[in-house]
Amino acid sequence: MTRFLIRRLGQAIIVILGVILIVFLLTKLGPPNALARSAIGPRATPAEIAHFNQVNGLNLPIWDQVYRYVERVVVHLNLGYSYQLGQGVREVIAQRLPRTVSLVLVSTTVALIVAIPLGILQVVRRNKPVDYVATGLSFFFYAMPSFLLGTLLILYFALDLKWFPVAPPYNSSFWTIFADPRAFVLPVITLAAITVAAFSRYMRSSMMDAMAEDYVRTARAKGASSKRVLYGHALRNALIPIITLVGLTLPAIVSGALITETVFNYPGMGLLTVNAATNHDVNTVLGTTLVVTIATIIGSLLADILYAVADPRIRLGSA
Amino acid sequence: MSDPEGVGSDPVFATDTPTTAIPLGFEAASPKEMTPPAGGESQDTGGMVHQILRVFVENKLAVIGVVIVAFFLVFCFLGPLVYHTNQTNAQLALQNSTQNSPPGHGHPLGTDDSGFDILGRLMFAGQISLIVGITSALVATVVGVTYGAISGFFGGGFDALLMRIVDIGLSIPVLFLLIALVTIFHTSTALLIIVIAVVSWLVPARLIRGETLSLRTREYVQAVRVMGGTRTRIIGRHIVPNSIGTIVVFATFQVADSILLLAALGFIGLGVPAPQTDWGSMLSNGVNYATDGYWWQIYPAGLCIILVVIAFNFIGDSLRDAFEVRLQRR
Repeated sequence: MTRFLIRRLGQAIIVILGVILIVFLLTKLGPPNALARSAIGPRATPAEIAHFNQVNGLNLPIWDQVYRYVERVVVHLNLGYSYQLGQGVREVIAQRLPRTVSLVLVSTTVALIVAIPLGILQVVRRNKPVDYVATGLSFFFYAMPSFLLGTLLILYFALDLKWFPVAPPYNSSFWTIFADPRAFVLPVITLAAITVAAFSRYMRSSMMDAMAEDYVRTARAKGASSKRVLYGHALRNALIPIITLVGLTLPAIVSGALITETVFNYPGMGLLTVNAATNHDVNTVLGTTLVVTIATIIGSLLADILYAVADPRIRLGSA
Repeated sequence: MSDPEGVGSDPVFATDTPTTAIPLGFEAASPKEMTPPAGGESQDTGGMVHQILRVFVENKLAVIGVVIVAFFLVFCFLGPLVYHTNQTNAQLALQNSTQNSPPGHGHPLGTDDSGFDILGRLMFAGQISLIVGITSALVATVVGVTYGAISGFFGGGFDALLMRIVDIGLSIPVLFLLIALVTIFHTSTALLIIVIAVVSWLVPARLIRGETLSLRTREYVQAVRVMGGTRTRIIGRHIVPNSIGTIVVFATFQVADSILLLAALGFIGLGVPAPQTDWGSMLSNGVNYATDGYWWQIYPAGLCIILVVIAFNFIGDSLRDAFEVRLQRR
């Protein structure tokens, strides 16, 4: 297990370094002087651009720039300055990141709580109406743009029925989501809906697979009740890959959070990115992309560690 | 037991095993089940194509999917020939009609905030959604397949390096990468196709790499090698054609995902630039007026997206079943 963890950690570090490199390359692949234009504005004169490039070392050989960039990000945790926000990118992100983390965390948990029983139900009642309805709904929610779902929820549950507030409180921290749960019901549903669709489909097929395994047949042959076979044998084995699925789906959930935050005007990383993009604030967009990706990688890493703990083949094996 | 979802066994080390989950659970047939048909150069005989088609057509969902897609192709591309509306000049549109008028009075689905006729606009926007969705999926598939086949064919350290690059790309949340690309490169419709393809080629690359790893050790590939076949020939005439099932299934799902990605960009305000529009931009424009009760600006566009995305998913699911059934020698 230790070897597994070390190998996995090494992988994560390589991927993070790679992401830093890609984000750096993005600034280079774009139109020339993209950074300078973003900083000074559309009316930048050639002299101003040249001065900006000089000051920020953008005229140096590319390898020097790579080295300086990686050093700046990794050693000094400096993500640059947002000229549009008049603030360091790191400082802005420090306020926003916890909100997105808590939104993603809560929605993923809710999605799992709904999807796992749903998947089991579909297997127990497979090819019956319940199964078809659930499959149909998962197609529907997968196909529905999440900003449409969010808007419809606001329209009916916040404006018409007035069950929930339209938007979560603006000045929220990581814990606000737990302090004022009612305000977060609609955003969490919006974000969880697509994930439930994907998770329950996977859970259904994972259970079907497990039901076809030899150990299930053995258990049946020994005379175990169908309930015991289902929950004792099939479910335990079907649950393990779900942990991995959460890790693999995390980037998609985080993408969904971006849309959800924009719909509900929830000041997390997604809304920050969208606003920065409309203002051509390149430093902030690249900073949020980098930080969100690193957070996602760490999340997937945690999921894999959990997987290792849950799966005796890895926990006890030498892999 | 049939496994309609094609779930791989253990996707923890997706790099080490030839199986990968496409985010959001739609997973192409797991490569290990895709035993290629016996026989060397893949000249699909009529019988095999026929068999795939038969299984495909027997599937009701597949037929529904094809009918929906065909309907929207006709609606968007031939519809404007029958139903003439002005969709480019907002001023002209305003002179001849009114803003935000409900369905009726010469506008079967009403008008939007610029006075554009909604029914005509659905056709106009649908052209962009379908063109961007289909072409970006094709570009992503071609790039991904080439990359994956080369990576898997050469193997070793080269393969490890190429797959690490895929890992890195896949770890960046798609929408964030998409926004970063659009912010830096600015938008035009052609560029949107490229940008969506840039964030979408990673999954097929990994899928095809997995298949290539298993295909390259087969006797007929070895035989071509012994006979002095070039690498290009082996990859182009043997490995890629024998992975065609995975490729087609992926491409179909990707069209749906590309249309959704474009819609999301439209909502953020980074979609196709005016005067062009797509279903997502239309929908997000309508969503701005959601509180005013202009339902006709929301539901038609929303329904178009949902129907087309579901249709492509139906087709993809059925194709996967059809290819799998063929391989199981039903």
